[in-house]
Amino acid sequence: MIKMLSGDEAVARGAWEAGVAVASAYPGTPSTEILEELARFPNTYAEWAPNEKVAVDVAVGAAYAGRRSMASMKHVGLNVAADSLMYASMTGMEAGLVIVSADDPAMHSSQNEQDNRTFAKFARIPCLEPSDSQDAKDMTIAAFELSERFDTPVLLRLTTRICHSASAVELGERSNFSPAEAKAFPRNPAKYVMVPGNAVKRHPVIEQRILDVAEFAENFPYNCIETGEHSLGIITCGVAYQYAKEVFPTASILRLGLTWPLPQQLIRRFANSVDRLIVIEELDPFIEEGVRLMGIAVEGKSIFPLVGEFDPRVVRESAIKAGLLPDTAHVPLPDVEVGPLPARPPVLCPGCPHRPLFYILNKLKVPVNGDIGCYTLGLIPPLSAIHSCGCMGAGIAVAHGAVKAGSPEKHVAVIGDSTFFHTGIPALINSVYNRSSMITVIMDNRVTGMTGHQENPGTGRTLQGEATTAIELEPLVRALGIKHVKTVPAFAVSEIETTLKEYLKLDEPSVIITLEPCALLPEARKRWVPLEVISDKCNGCTLCFRIGCPAILKSDELDAKTQRPKALIDSALCTGCEVCAQICPRDAITFRPVEMSEA
Amino acid sequence: MRETTNFLLAGVGGQGTILASDVLVNVGLAAGYQAKQAEVHGMSQRGGSVTSFVRWGKHVYSPLVGGGEVDVMLAFEKAEALRNLNQLRPGALALINLTAIKPVTVTSSGQLYPDDSTLHEKIALVTKNVVYVDGEAMATEVGNIRAANVVLLGALAAMMERVGLSGSELTTEMWLAIITARVPTRYVELNRQAFEAGRKAVSG
Repeated sequence: MIKMLSGDEAVARGAWEAGVAVASAYPGTPSTEILEELARFPNTYAEWAPNEKVAVDVAVGAAYAGRRSMASMKHVGLNVAADSLMYASMTGMEAGLVIVSADDPAMHSSQNEQDNRTFAKFARIPCLEPSDSQDAKDMTIAAFELSERFDTPVLLRLTTRICHSASAVELGERSNFSPAEAKAFPRNPAKYVMVPGNAVKRHPVIEQRILDVAEFAENFPYNCIETGEHSLGIITCGVAYQYAKEVFPTASILRLGLTWPLPQQLIRRFANSVDRLIVIEELDPFIEEGVRLMGIAVEGKSIFPLVGEFDPRVVRESAIKAGLLPDTAHVPLPDVEVGPLPARPPVLCPGCPHRPLFYILNKLKVPVNGDIGCYTLGLIPPLSAIHSCGCMGAGIAVAHGAVKAGSPEKHVAVIGDSTFFHTGIPALINSVYNRSSMITVIMDNRVTGMTGHQENPGTGRTLQGEATTAIELEPLVRALGIKHVKTVPAFAVSEIETTLKEYLKLDEPSVIITLEPCALLPEARKRWVPLEVISDKCNGCTLCFRIGCPAILKSDELDAKTQRPKALIDSALCTGCEVCAQICPRDAITFRPVEMSEA
Repeated sequence: MRETTNFLLAGVGGQGTILASDVLVNVGLAAGYQAKQAEVHGMSQRGGSVTSFVRWGKHVYSPLVGGGEVDVMLAFEKAEALRNLNQLRPGALALINLTAIKPVTVTSSGQLYPDDSTLHEKIALVTKNVVYVDGEAMATEVGNIRAANVVLLGALAAMMERVGLSGSELTTEMWLAIITARVPTRYVELNRQAFEAGRKAVSG
């Protein structure tokens, strides 16, 4: 049977067909759908872990116990899990272990565009790179086989364009590769207890292992030469292979499915068969440098960009500039001056419970150390209330560091519920232990929002939809030793302001939990009621425009006295959160009907 | 038809562009082409621009379409039509939904939303093969404004038929089978009517 699958869906399908028993992940674009899809299959266990390091450790444990396992994450998640990746490489396992890294060239939804193939080289493990969805499924299965054959974790490296494009996939059946039950946990300390005495003996083993994989790579079916004209030879991998085929339909191509370790003889044979050798790969010159180290003349990043994502145009234009294609290959653009178009940045949704806090933080003019999630959008004007944001869990410790450096202002760290569980807790412990005086605001919207509503340890539901313990934030925070903790309804504008002002005076760490479910959750949607502007009362003061709500528009009607446009609420967008109604100084915005407020 | 047909679908998060591109790629597959689809949406769920590419052809390699190579643009929103205009091949088909979704930058930062005469004038510089439809109005007429994306698919099917971009193998039933497989049972009839409304708006 043939089905259109995204790359993420294809990886899930491949893992299931390969008999994966345990899979763990933390959501992160563009990898999230892998586990969401896998959770729908029978006879396999899939879970959300609080962070990527935990996910890899879980997968390692399952593989030690003799079952095929997988951990998936976005590229920066592998930074969090790097410690676990490194020991897993040292120990090997009893059954196949595949680590999926979804890289994000062009940073569609990420803070950087690191190329995680370097992790494979660093950890002495093989790296596989599919070029479309069929490849993604087949190479996931191949990854498990490779993992068991060489007793090594395998890195399956995807990119956004593989994860989020769909192409036809031939579906297969679930295999019986994996034993149906876990084996007795191995009592093999020499292999599985990485104290120095054992680790010293394991290091040469993994160095030899990667040499063995390199030899295997020479005949690996996903490393293949497509012989064309001899004037130009292209080494390529991943989605760049598709662009190479599109732009250079007659060239000779060596497509590498296994990009680490490199098949040296195959590359040498290919290089000898062509007049000019180039590498087309996104991001780092990973293959290019490997080929150059072999003493082979090759071009790559001198022609194609180091930064960003490729597409056929990028590849074609770069090639024309380098003289690889004639000027006639150029595809003209219409080049119409379309005039100024209004920017459409992602913004906090209408009814977002994060909005009031940022409105107040902006008003109080305090420095705010942010974190990764929907609430990073508090950065966008007019809220403009995030002043640093680097990675998951960073905000609290960054604020603490600034405080300890003697930053002249009080600092506020903002972090979401899921991100707090991810890596916020140790940073909060640090702020208690080391006597900080900052405020941490945990913005609890009862879900992992930005990646599209995943369950987390606070929601009371597992990935597979079963009821579980919901970890309560306030008791947790108190148990860490925070004495000043207050849970405030996230839409209670003045209560948030009063609490912040009170805590800003403290000389010890404090925590505010702003609580309200994400407006897009099904339960919250049932409570949507659009509000209205009472036009006679509105004088166009613009205050409600300053909360940056997409549902509040400028009407065509001008106030007679101020000559400024009055406000207008788009009833199709408004959810009735009442934040605008609360801040309107002229009571010109209706509140929800009383019976709806109680509902 | 050409060797390959490149579609661009442009809109705003929440307009149903992703469902529409999922339908389109599966229609291509059902019609016997190689077909690929790519979503370029970043943080679209938060009101940002959404673009999808769909490609049909004998051999389709890249899931993305390079600038200047779009054969068919389906724009769900007027400003997004303009934003993607320079992706089009001269003379490309353009189907434009007459809906304006004004971003928050218009309200809070005073940025200007383009007027209709600018839209018509700029589009005409690139192609005369343009059809404007009011998908939301037609969807409301058949019973639910949210079916506007399916109205547009109906209009697209008729437009492609008119210029011979799709062969006779692409029947209305084929489109409808793929659409209705993707919606809850209670919305099947609504979607059928929405598709027909869009179709009739173009083919008369």
